[in-house]
Amino acid sequence: MQSEVMFAGFGGQGILLSAKILAYTAMEAGYEVVWIPSYGPEMRGGTAYCMVIMGDRPIGSPIVKNPLHLVAMNRPSLEKFAPVVKPGGVVLINSSLIPIRSGRDDVDEIAIPVNEIAIEAGSVRSANIVALAAFVARSGILPVDDLRESVKKEFARKAKLIPLNMDAIDRGVQAAEAG
Amino acid sequence: MGKVLMKGNEAIGEAAIRAGCLNYFAYPITPQSEVAEYLARRMPEVGGVFLQGESEVAVGYMIFGAAGCGARVFTTSSSPGISLMSEALSYITCAQCPAVFVNIMRGGPGLGGILPSQGDYFQATKGGGHGDYRLLVMAPASVQEAVEMVMAAFPLAEKYRNPVMILGDGLIGQMMEPVAFPEDLLSEPANKDDWATTGIGNRSGDTPNVVKSLFLDPVQLNNHNLLLKAKYDRMRRDEVRYEAYNMDGDYRVLIVSYGTMSRVCRTAIDSLKEEGLEVAMIRPQTLFPFPEKAIREAAGKEGCRLAVSIEMSMGQMVEDVERSIQGRCPVEWYGKCGGEVPTPEEIVDVVRSMLQK
Repeated sequence: MQSEVMFAGFGGQGILLSAKILAYTAMEAGYEVVWIPSYGPEMRGGTAYCMVIMGDRPIGSPIVKNPLHLVAMNRPSLEKFAPVVKPGGVVLINSSLIPIRSGRDDVDEIAIPVNEIAIEAGSVRSANIVALAAFVARSGILPVDDLRESVKKEFARKAKLIPLNMDAIDRGVQAAEAG
Repeated sequence: MGKVLMKGNEAIGEAAIRAGCLNYFAYPITPQSEVAEYLARRMPEVGGVFLQGESEVAVGYMIFGAAGCGARVFTTSSSPGISLMSEALSYITCAQCPAVFVNIMRGGPGLGGILPSQGDYFQATKGGGHGDYRLLVMAPASVQEAVEMVMAAFPLAEKYRNPVMILGDGLIGQMMEPVAFPEDLLSEPANKDDWATTGIGNRSGDTPNVVKSLFLDPVQLNNHNLLLKAKYDRMRRDEVRYEAYNMDGDYRVLIVSYGTMSRVCRTAIDSLKEEGLEVAMIRPQTLFPFPEKAIREAAGKEGCRLAVSIEMSMGQMVEDVERSIQGRCPVEWYGKCGGEVPTPEEIVDVVRSMLQK
């Protein structure tokens, strides 16, 4: 069984980091995992994509046309990737910045005002963690407690940011459960 | 030993340090600049040296100088940078100095693009620089394999007194995967007092060592080339490495593919198997020496109707596949370049339509 998660948004929204934290969490849970950033000309335009592939067998192709899940942090990302998500996958929409929906009735769509929630948690910069936590809770792809441990490790050298990010995780999980 | 999640470029830098290489000269170029970024921080921590050259031409000769003095040394670059280093590669090979060159290939020709490609196959395996020389060329298909190949490359370069090239593509450099640095690949630099310019006061004996690539006497130069050829023949005999995939049973098609492209093929082979079509693959891990015998035997197996070389180039390795198979079955090529990477779905369609022809 293999799952692919596409994270997409503007540069500066922490796309690569949230994808890395998911990849790390998967590795620690014993999965095979690959993290593939977009580094080509498209990133020069200010958008950032990153794919995480995890599975219980060695990962074959790092090029995936149809990811299982999508975490869309801005409108261009949703417009670009919503049509290619596999049926049954989670499509998480950052409704703070995206006024539209995926237009798909065969996916598990959830719209969350990620930026507002992050501001409530204390900093808009934790929006990527809110989105990641909401995605993990909604998809059940990995235990949320594992995610908490990974975030603590990621911020070990900036320990004062850990409480903020733990709060961001809790709020993201609550939003996913309410949505 | 636990695994760590690392980007290919950073893992390559760390692997070189673990392999006892404390000298790194380079010039930044996408998609491998993270190696220099990583080693700019790491080399001082371990007492090593990172020096950024003023150009790749200069870097090539910094490598020559350090290798000639007997130091373990390596560089990393990407396609256009390797072109600029190719003159030095020819000199270093002629002078029989060990060194490791990593090429994280990008789309060409010319300045090309920055996305993954396998367009430097000919450059790596057939020359690039002038004269009759070869590099031992290894092609990783994962970050873990890149680590293992870099660590193995230094003792191999010393064993043959010849440069070794690691030929990866942009994806190998850019993606993160879990990696471990195997203890059994740790090594110490070989003693090079018998040939390197290590300083006459630092060793026994009083004969100066001379490292050079100039042989004006034709008889002497012919003999020198024969000596080099004997090394390449030993590599052909002893250093061939490849991986076979889905080759236990019968198969109708044999794919030959390397690096990132081979992973895409592996996924395509799994899909085709579910549909009832058996396809086998040989993935060369060394591109020179090339696994000629393994490919010839695999193509000659009863029931194998077709061999396909699948590459992120316009058909380079296919020439070696044809040469290896010697007419035992038809040989086709499929590929894309410039940063376009064929998808598994595409490979499935291509293999099916080739069989119907």
